[in-house]
Amino acid sequence: MELIEKANQEALSRMLAADPVLIDVIPASEAIPNLKSHMILHAGPPVAWENMCGPMQGAIAGIAKFEGWADSLEDAFEKAAAGAFDFHPNHHFDAVGPMTGMTTISQPLMVVENRKFGNKAYCALNEGLGKVMRFGGNDDSVLERLAWLRDDFGPAFGKALRSGDGIPLKHLVARGLTMGDEMHQRNVACSGLILRELAPALARTSTDNEELAKILAFIGGNDQFFLNVAMAMGKAIMDPVRGIEGSSVVTAMCRNGTDFGIRVSGTGDQWFTAPVEMPEGLYFPGYTEADANPDMGDSTIVETIGLGGFAMGAAPAVAGFVGAGAASDAGNFTRTMSEITTGENPEWTIPAMDYLGVPTGIDIRMVLDTGLAPTINTGIAHKEPGVGQVGAGVVRAPMKCFEQALIAFAESVGVK
Amino acid sequence: MSSVIINEVRPGFYLDSVALMRYSKSIAGLDGVEEAAMMMASPSNRQIMFDAGLLNDVSAGAEGGDLIIGIRACDANTAEAARAEANLILDQPTTSGQGETWRPKSIRAAVKASPDANLALISVAGDFAAAEARKSLRRGLHVMMFSDNVSIADELSLKQEARELGLLVMGPDCGTAIINGTPLAFANVVPKGGIGVIGASGTGTQEITCLIAQGGGGISQALGVGGRDLKDEIGGITTLMALDALDADPDTRHIVLISKPPAKAVADKVVARIGASKKTFTVCFIGATDWDLPANARFASSLKTASEHALGGKALFANFNANAIAKPASAAKVCGLFSGGTLCAEVQTLFINAGLTVMSNAAIPGVDALSENSTAHTIIDLGSDEYTQGRPHPMIDPSVRDQALATAMADPSVGIVLVDVVIGYGAHEDPAGHLVASLGASLSGSTLVIASVTGTDGDPQGRLSQISKLETAGILVAPSNADAAELALACLKLAG
Repeated sequence: MELIEKANQEALSRMLAADPVLIDVIPASEAIPNLKSHMILHAGPPVAWENMCGPMQGAIAGIAKFEGWADSLEDAFEKAAAGAFDFHPNHHFDAVGPMTGMTTISQPLMVVENRKFGNKAYCALNEGLGKVMRFGGNDDSVLERLAWLRDDFGPAFGKALRSGDGIPLKHLVARGLTMGDEMHQRNVACSGLILRELAPALARTSTDNEELAKILAFIGGNDQFFLNVAMAMGKAIMDPVRGIEGSSVVTAMCRNGTDFGIRVSGTGDQWFTAPVEMPEGLYFPGYTEADANPDMGDSTIVETIGLGGFAMGAAPAVAGFVGAGAASDAGNFTRTMSEITTGENPEWTIPAMDYLGVPTGIDIRMVLDTGLAPTINTGIAHKEPGVGQVGAGVVRAPMKCFEQALIAFAESVGVK
Repeated sequence: MSSVIINEVRPGFYLDSVALMRYSKSIAGLDGVEEAAMMMASPSNRQIMFDAGLLNDVSAGAEGGDLIIGIRACDANTAEAARAEANLILDQPTTSGQGETWRPKSIRAAVKASPDANLALISVAGDFAAAEARKSLRRGLHVMMFSDNVSIADELSLKQEARELGLLVMGPDCGTAIINGTPLAFANVVPKGGIGVIGASGTGTQEITCLIAQGGGGISQALGVGGRDLKDEIGGITTLMALDALDADPDTRHIVLISKPPAKAVADKVVARIGASKKTFTVCFIGATDWDLPANARFASSLKTASEHALGGKALFANFNANAIAKPASAAKVCGLFSGGTLCAEVQTLFINAGLTVMSNAAIPGVDALSENSTAHTIIDLGSDEYTQGRPHPMIDPSVRDQALATAMADPSVGIVLVDVVIGYGAHEDPAGHLVASLGASLSGSTLVIASVTGTDGDPQGRLSQISKLETAGILVAPSNADAAELALACLKLAG
């Protein structure tokens, strides 16, 4: 018991001591030297092609065509089924990706360095809303946007970041929380804040005013631009927490559209998986639950660090959007999540909750003791490849992941 | 016409069992509904629902964390309407702008939200109660365990751990306590005063605290210890700690101890502890006729006598004359139907002391077990397990008594039906009104109905208004449970 408490305090202190800074945007091949041609990193725990959900397969077809490894989407499907590509989780390569979470060699990745511990984490750029690859979109418009991000936006963004000392994220997120963001479904404030930080450097390093305007408009027009930054930040914060002997704190939660997976500090890099659940939420006109794909993406890394569903109290608008909750109930989500966390983050606070710190450090023991699974704010993809987002809502992490994790954890601390 | 059973499973939907019992009753009370229950799908609850003829295949896969709605009704439309109503109650949708109040779901969060709290009242299913009690103790909280079905091994280890920590474990199966003037679980609104009560019995504590209040006295603290505390296995750990606490409490002048007759070795320890105190004591071991006690303690064989001792020898209800209001009983047999276990035991004591032959499902020494075709007076505890399996306690849901009442009123060999009416927090909102409605036309027959009301005027139901409802309906009302027994004896005597 005491060992566990101490280990969890260590985990919490490492989370709170983190100093994540957005420092660069570089091609994935540079960021992740082990990432080779025909390797495709995806969201969630490991999954084989035949077990992948529709949008995941659709995104893989799209990214294979984008990388030039297939002539057409049909060709890509055939090649994928024939084993032409190596599939791995982003998490195995210091990376994370939203929804389908495609990461391949030529894509530009944002680099977040945790300056306290010296580790780096990576995430692709947010493509915007509508038909996008992260929701399984793969038509020409999707691939053209990816090409622009690779050829123009990414290099310009990286150059601007390299011209300074990077953008420290901890305080930026703290301010975003006071402005109504929870950093998963709502990133309006932080997207604006980072644009404000970035604009002078972009202007200084740009040689083409038209291109600069396009870049600024792209960030300014994408309310979810910051989500991918927050995800890389989350990964950078959590990686130093991995492998603390005796700690029952969750270090990663992610989903591949088929399975939900968690990792726990004390059990190292082992995944504990269970079938993903169906989000409960609101749908875009013309879509219903019947169209929805189960829960997907590495974005649950933001809940792992105390944001998203855990910071719902900061974003009452989101609470009204999801499920049946009234906006005035938003704080209850946060208070409820504080029943399953080791502590609170004194720097990330919610003014409307009397500056309560966001619940931080999910303890699998408390999840099972209270029966309260982590609440996750999420987007909802169409279940067929190529369609894209159909709604957004709230989903719970499956209890079975935590049950398995607790058994393995108990063994790791010598309880049989 | 055959009845229709419908089930609905609400996965992962949790509500407290007391709340569910109350809701179940309101659904079961809808027109055309034969039986209804909403329960968490633990194995024991499932068995209960199965036995009640409330389960079908729909709920076959439900597990402990799921809630089952089971309804049996005269036809499908009625059943569906009841299900809709059940869901409505469960969901209690809030109106726009009316945020739900957050309530902690774990002891840890509750302590965080109320750092000054020093007592946890535990009312979860028995299987989980010990774990919650242990968590509470480790957070420095005294524990009142309303939950029952806790193993005696768990009770012992909890009480031993609590003793190490200097904390009190009241219970398990502790129904009544009044701490610093706050009634907990089944308890009544009584004035503060110098009399402390330690009770292994919930209704015994209720009757004594209420009688003391009616006699002008007040209560400093009423501590429950649980029905098994004075058994050999537990050794009176909580009783002895409660004695220490009240002995040291400057606001407590006199201490009343209520229990069934304890195990000899435990009784010796308790009596020795009483003898070591400078305060005065009343000891009421219901079912015993006398007990060897030190000079600072007096024995009382009934709750009423115990209350009078505690009040310094003041006679309670001196104006009440059973003989003056007694009517001749139309037949020789008394049928007592009680919601309070200790009230049932008190009546048995008074009856056998009067030389009557008595049988009961909760027999005290000298009373026979129930048997068919016996002419003995029948005194039933409707709160005991065989009546409450799968149903709420009769103090919450007096309808548990309806069937037995109807049977007794229709039995030509029964001349007197004797009942208790227990009010206060936790109890039904109008048990007297329910009793009168349940008796209905049978009240105009020849069978006498005698009742007493355990409670005070400060209680939400109001003692006087409950008495007035009973009297208006023609029920003979005595001022205490013991007086009700005396009144029954007087009516028997008049009949010769």
